[in-house]
Amino acid sequence: MTPAARRILGSVIVIGVVAAAGAALYVRGPGPMAFSGGPKVALADYKGPNPTGVPANMANASLIERGEYLARAADCMVCHTAPGGKEYAGGFAFKLPFGTLYSTNITPDKETGIGNYTDQQFLDAVRSGKRHDGARLYPAMPYTSYTYMTDADTLAVKAYLFSLAPVRAAPPENTLAFPFNQRWAMTFWSALFNPDTRFEPDRSQSPEWNRGAYLVEALAHCGECHTPRNLGFALDNRKKFAGALTAGWRAFNITSDKTTGLGSWSDDDVVSYLSIGHAKGHGTASGPMGEAVDHSFSKMAPTDIKAMVAFLRTVPAVPSPDLPAKLAPPAPPSHRDGMTANALGKTVFQGACVSCHGWTGESALSPMATLTGAWAVNDPGATNVAQIVISGTKRHTPQGALSMPAFGKSHSDMEIAAVANYVTARFGSKGSQITASDVADLRKQTEQ
Amino acid sequence: MANLNINGEQKSFDAPDDMPLLWVLRDILGMTGTKFGCGVALCGACTVHIDGKAVRSCLLPVSAVSGRAITTIEGVGTTPVGAKVQKAWLDLEVIQCGYCQSGQIMSAAALLASTPTPDDSDIDAAMAGNICRCGTYVRVREAIKHAASERQT
Amino acid sequence: MKLADNMLVAASPANKPSGLSRRSLLAGAFAGGFMFAFQLPVRAANEPTQPPDTTEGKFAPNAFIRIDTTGKTTLVMPQVEMGQGIYTAIAMILAEELDADYAQITLEHAPPSDKLYGNPIFIIQATGGSTSVRAFWKPLRNAGATARAMLVQAAAEQWQVEPASCTASNGQVMHTASGRKLSYGELCDAAGKLTPPKEVALKDPKDFSVIGKPLKRFDTPDKVNGKTIYGIDAMVPGMAFATLAQCPVFGGKLAKVDDRAAKKIPGVRQIVVLDDLVAVVGDHMWAAKSGLEALDITWDEGPNAKISSKDIWAHLRTASETDGVIAKSVGDIAKGLATGERIDASYEMPFLAHATMEPLNCTVHFKGDSCEVWTGTQIMSRVQSEAAKAAGLPIDKVTVNQHMIGGGFGRRLEPDMVVAAVRIAKQVNGPVKVVWTREEDIQHDIYRPVYRDNISATLSNGKVVGFKYKIAGSAVIARWLPPAFQKGIDIDAIDSAADQPYDFPHFQCEYVRVEPPAVPTGFWRGVGPNNNVFAIESFMDELARKAGKDPVVFRRELLGKAPRMLAALNLAAEKANWGQPLPARVGRGVSIQPTFDTSIATVVEAEVDSQGEIRLRQVNVAVDTGIAVNPDTIVAQIEGGIVFGLTAALYGDITIEKGRVQQSNFHDYRMLRIDQMPKINVHLIKSGEAPGGIGECGVIGGPPALRNAIYAATGVALRRMPIDRDAIAERKKS
Ligand code: FES
Ligand code: FES
Repeated sequence: MTPAARRILGSVIVIGVVAAAGAALYVRGPGPMAFSGGPKVALADYKGPNPTGVPANMANASLIERGEYLARAADCMVCHTAPGGKEYAGGFAFKLPFGTLYSTNITPDKETGIGNYTDQQFLDAVRSGKRHDGARLYPAMPYTSYTYMTDADTLAVKAYLFSLAPVRAAPPENTLAFPFNQRWAMTFWSALFNPDTRFEPDRSQSPEWNRGAYLVEALAHCGECHTPRNLGFALDNRKKFAGALTAGWRAFNITSDKTTGLGSWSDDDVVSYLSIGHAKGHGTASGPMGEAVDHSFSKMAPTDIKAMVAFLRTVPAVPSPDLPAKLAPPAPPSHRDGMTANALGKTVFQGACVSCHGWTGESALSPMATLTGAWAVNDPGATNVAQIVISGTKRHTPQGALSMPAFGKSHSDMEIAAVANYVTARFGSKGSQITASDVADLRKQTEQ
Repeated sequence: MANLNINGEQKSFDAPDDMPLLWVLRDILGMTGTKFGCGVALCGACTVHIDGKAVRSCLLPVSAVSGRAITTIEGVGTTPVGAKVQKAWLDLEVIQCGYCQSGQIMSAAALLASTPTPDDSDIDAAMAGNICRCGTYVRVREAIKHAASERQT
Repeated sequence: MKLADNMLVAASPANKPSGLSRRSLLAGAFAGGFMFAFQLPVRAANEPTQPPDTTEGKFAPNAFIRIDTTGKTTLVMPQVEMGQGIYTAIAMILAEELDADYAQITLEHAPPSDKLYGNPIFIIQATGGSTSVRAFWKPLRNAGATARAMLVQAAAEQWQVEPASCTASNGQVMHTASGRKLSYGELCDAAGKLTPPKEVALKDPKDFSVIGKPLKRFDTPDKVNGKTIYGIDAMVPGMAFATLAQCPVFGGKLAKVDDRAAKKIPGVRQIVVLDDLVAVVGDHMWAAKSGLEALDITWDEGPNAKISSKDIWAHLRTASETDGVIAKSVGDIAKGLATGERIDASYEMPFLAHATMEPLNCTVHFKGDSCEVWTGTQIMSRVQSEAAKAAGLPIDKVTVNQHMIGGGFGRRLEPDMVVAAVRIAKQVNGPVKVVWTREEDIQHDIYRPVYRDNISATLSNGKVVGFKYKIAGSAVIARWLPPAFQKGIDIDAIDSAADQPYDFPHFQCEYVRVEPPAVPTGFWRGVGPNNNVFAIESFMDELARKAGKDPVVFRRELLGKAPRMLAALNLAAEKANWGQPLPARVGRGVSIQPTFDTSIATVVEAEVDSQGEIRLRQVNVAVDTGIAVNPDTIVAQIEGGIVFGLTAALYGDITIEKGRVQQSNFHDYRMLRIDQMPKINVHLIKSGEAPGGIGECGVIGGPPALRNAIYAATGVALRRMPIDRDAIAERKKS
């Protein structure tokens, strides 16, 4: 190579690196709390009431009790429990386009769990995505959110997990294809996308807001489902909470957008939705959100729920252009009126669905089964309608267990597509047009 | 103490609020005509009328029906439509084991009360939620039409 | 005619179901404050002081007939009513020969007794296998005719005339010449003193006055108003309600259970923990159910925890390749299979659950030195002996009260629910009703076995030369009725295989016994012939296509020695407009079946859309069952059977993963619904032959006929049930 060529190559490399760095920074985008704009301070320098830890009424709680509360708020259990398996013993499958990841056993079993973790190793794993042996965790573990947790809170969770009975259970091997099976590559991803910093309150905001921010961002990791992802598969906070498709379910827009977000919900509606997974006229949480309500939000102190709502309300509006501006009113009481085409969809609906949901969409059995007003049936993509038909839902409400059976095994892709299209057309403002192969894709993402 | 109006009679009893009407009827009140088939609104065996509409009692909390008129298979015969349906069921010998038939009759009576001359699509819409393992569907359809064609007595 | 009060179905003129308003036995509040409907159905009849078979003060010439001095005629039902209309048919047969007064007849469930009420085909007291009318046709006619002869003789003696000069009708004996009359009631004392004649003349079928007429069923009036008491409706004063969880893995045991949360639920009274199950006992089913859900149970899953459908099929497929026991051989099969063009195929049938609409249940009062059981069962005497074993009591200390059955289909040929309920009741003070949830019912069934059938045949000049049919699957008979399992041949598994209506020059039928690991198997409506007829009739269509012949013509040519079957085939084909053109992707399929002494041909017409969804258009069935005792019931049984069979063909599939059944309720164990129904036309062929069976028959022909309709519509030769809709979609999904 001639010197000239070398120079040219050198400059190209330099330009390339600069461009890549710029692109990376661009891709990384703002942090999750950047939108608030106010001055952030280190926790130690913050003068207001402590936004971290457990709620005031638990001031005298033991370390383990505090850890239990925080572990619930962080919703560790849902992902670390296989269907039908022991709690926290791992084995839950994350179906990704390039293979399956299994969650780990986080009971204190020494061989298959985390029984040998030191405090530092635990902090590293939860907040930096670093395994005790130095290997990198895949970001299915939301460490880019947990990274905002304080040492004290993280170690309280550890204390709680260590108080559980150890379960010997090794999760199945991950089945990721090359190059995704190269854990070391996650080092770069982490470097780019994990800020690895602790929570910093915003001095310009109220104590309640800051408490809400800590709960939403550090523990509840709402953005992991509700914020769209960028090219690097990290959260794109330019569209913070604008909704996204994750693991075969649609997480809807929870920005303050008036038509397609929470902007027109009352505070009470949001509180109700988080606490019991249902708000009158707004439908019922199911799928991953239903689980989050059952295992996490419903166990949290009312003051904490209110704080989360206070924070949520300030998230800037971002519209979801694919959602209709108006939700559909109840459907007509007669099967003859309203949706008429789609005979197959109607057949499935009148055999399997109408007994609970009614022809109007307003359930005679339980408000939780009312379809009218739910985003799911107004989503022209019909993702959640199809998914709930496939997978069902089981909710533990204060009024006892409530479930919708999974029809996926006994109904064909075609039938599920047809009934989803029928339901969105009958009960939503704009019917969906999903196909059998869409349904097949959805199935793949939620199979356990 | 809960109070219900069942087949025109007031009944009082103790039951948890979330207890489905089905079990109140069967196990507390001894009204065993209403049947348990699936417990999750998939089969229709437990159908009763609430204010004249067919509803699955297996998922219907008793707290949701106080003050509303409940009709069960034991009482539906006193309504003109119910009597017509029962008669049609016997005229056409619909029934086999009969276990699903309380539910079938309740669904059919509610249909005819709101739609006196149903066509096939009305029958499908009203009856597809009622499973009959003995397979009496052909006669259920015929009997509904037969009942519809009989003059109101 | 009426059913005994214990069945709460009562008198009305036999052919007119008018009795809609009937006295209610609902009564009384008990001290506890609960309102119980103490309709004690069978109990009333089974009171120790007054067993149903009491003969005191009555004319009781045999186990089936009791006539008292008022003329009240009680007919004791040796077979159980589970929807098939057998009570009406049995009563018709008895009453026909007895010339009874229908208005005075009461029906009663038989108590347990193999000696008195054993099914002549099974020896034990069992209802199943489409045997009721076939097995009891002669004994019941004899019983009726004997009683009649004795009543006539008693009258003749009183009048000092020849018995032959007297006639009987409508519950009276009449001396034709003098016009004198005596009612059966008036004659019962005298008749009771006579010795029953050894031989009696039976009526000539042409003189039948009821048999062959479509008679309204006796059990249905109380099924339209909720009064019929099924086993699940049994109410015993002071009873508790229970539901149970058994280990989800077959053969697993309980390791431990944490019942702290369950005990806090209002209404939960007791948690019964046995080595393989846990039951929660409460004030009502809701408490029991909620309590059960609140239990934290750890199972010791045992050695079956790894078994899956995949393993079971691999095991069955391997075993099906081994040589079977020869059940029938005609001609020289080796020679036959060496002649002409050879075709081989294998057909497979899945596990199926019964899913009777009435979930399993049994009420038991264990009193220490005796035990009383309330349930609906197809095997009265076996239930009694199994309950006695479980209770640790002598048989005569166990009373069993029979009930109407909300669907049997073979599930209630098993005593497991009674045994479990007795074991639970032993831990409970007072009577307890144990009700299975639907989930428990489906996951702890005794399943229709998986079968794999290998068939080979040769064609020469469009004619079958050799036909070898090998069945591999469970021997249900070997477990259920061991003495009937002989020489390694399960007579149920080959029931419609060994004796072919087809005239095959060289034929052989073989059977390989293969028990699926872990999964219990039993009888399922249609039993062995479901599998036989599916395989044979599917294969016949493939042969016909190979031979370039129309499927009906191809069969017709082979039915020379089976005229009744041929007639049925011709009638079904004619009614179905066989041969008339059909739109694209619509097909007709035919099947014939020589099952339970009844010849049936079925034609199904179905449409398969481009995505593989099936629409049933119409079904035509021609039935020659010999003398049709109650023709309308036969039509109803065929209609219902078609639904049962097509449900299985379209959806029926019980699968096993990790040693447990994956289906649990009607969302994943799917049923055909009213809006999917085809038109069903049943054509009865008049016949004077002895009656054949009917209850099982309707189930059998639908699946192969539908399969053949799909073959005609799409050209896809399905060889497994249930139908794989992906396989018949126009553009197969990748
Ligand atoms: S028991 Fe209520 S619908 Fe099945
Ligand atoms: S008549 Fe038996 S389930 Fe319907």
